[in-house]
Amino acid sequence: MFQLTKNKSNKAQLIWGLLIGIVFGFLLQKGGATKYDVIVGQLLLIDHTVLKIMLSAVLTGMLGLYALKARGLIELSLKSGSIGMNVIGGLIFGVGFAILGYCPGTIAGAIGNGYLDALTGGLPGILIGSGLFAAIYPKVKDGVLKAGYYGDITLPRLLKAKDWVVVIPVGILIILILFLLEGSGVM
Amino acid sequence: MDFLTEIRWSPYAVGIGIGILSWLSFLISKKPIACSTTFAKTSGMLERVILGPKVTEKPYYKKIKLNIDWQWMLVIGIIIGSFISALLSGDFQLQWVPSLWAGTFGSSALLRIFVALIGGICLGFGARWADGCTSGHGISGTMQLSLASWISAICFFIGGIITAHIIY
Repeated sequence: MFQLTKNKSNKAQLIWGLLIGIVFGFLLQKGGATKYDVIVGQLLLIDHTVLKIMLSAVLTGMLGLYALKARGLIELSLKSGSIGMNVIGGLIFGVGFAILGYCPGTIAGAIGNGYLDALTGGLPGILIGSGLFAAIYPKVKDGVLKAGYYGDITLPRLLKAKDWVVVIPVGILIILILFLLEGSGVM
Repeated sequence: MDFLTEIRWSPYAVGIGIGILSWLSFLISKKPIACSTTFAKTSGMLERVILGPKVTEKPYYKKIKLNIDWQWMLVIGIIIGSFISALLSGDFQLQWVPSLWAGTFGSSALLRIFVALIGGICLGFGARWADGCTSGHGISGTMQLSLASWISAICFFIGGIITAHIIY
């Protein structure tokens, strides 16, 4: 019986995953983020659409999540990291991001949008790259991936400050950046 | 309901929508929106089809587990959601070569696919190395004020901006 209810809730969660994905994909497409030209335009700094979407998502998300957390309604779900992981991995990702012109989320959206370079080039590439990492993982997991380890720390914990003491200045900073982007005359 | 058939929405409306969707994702599924682990699972599952069950014993696949999970369904959902949006606005188009690319490198589909493959390999490898992508670190992690995610997101853009300027 327990097994059955557990399975039922797992199945329900798979459907929730699908539904949240559908809304996410719908929003990405409406924002233009499923398009190579928009993403590479952002990296060339001639079109700030991607940054505007990301920063307004982060601002909205942050305020809501920290309010829900303060009321005990949710727990944060944080990733551990290190300099070796996030700086080196981040830079390699960035190189791929510019060469491909899509990222793992937006490539799914690009495929839905009908972009065949995403389906026939980018998707197999991401699968191969992920497989290559799985092959070398035993060689790097206790070395470079642990270099400069800081774990799953948040900025408030790093600064030993109350959540809102960091949330509010970060929110103001994001709004200032958005105003600067709007004033820059670039899309 | 005219807004559903518009080709583009304001980036702020889209961003606020994604932010609110993140609240719901935490409330309903206790999980942040993320994508890239799905590609590693899929890669491992395809490898398992070819090489057999011993693939499951690889340390990385033991860590992430080769199964169809919540995030896997989310990525399928993105394809469907984008397809619906594009169809409603008449923005769906089968296209091999993006116009920005064609303007500089010509309209050869083969060249574009080859370069997309190389870019995809870097992207997939880098996403696993950094343990996240533009969604998991760039949006969901930064909104939780995770240090790992802020450092990753900044490095995504440093690497991306430099590389894009070298290419174009």
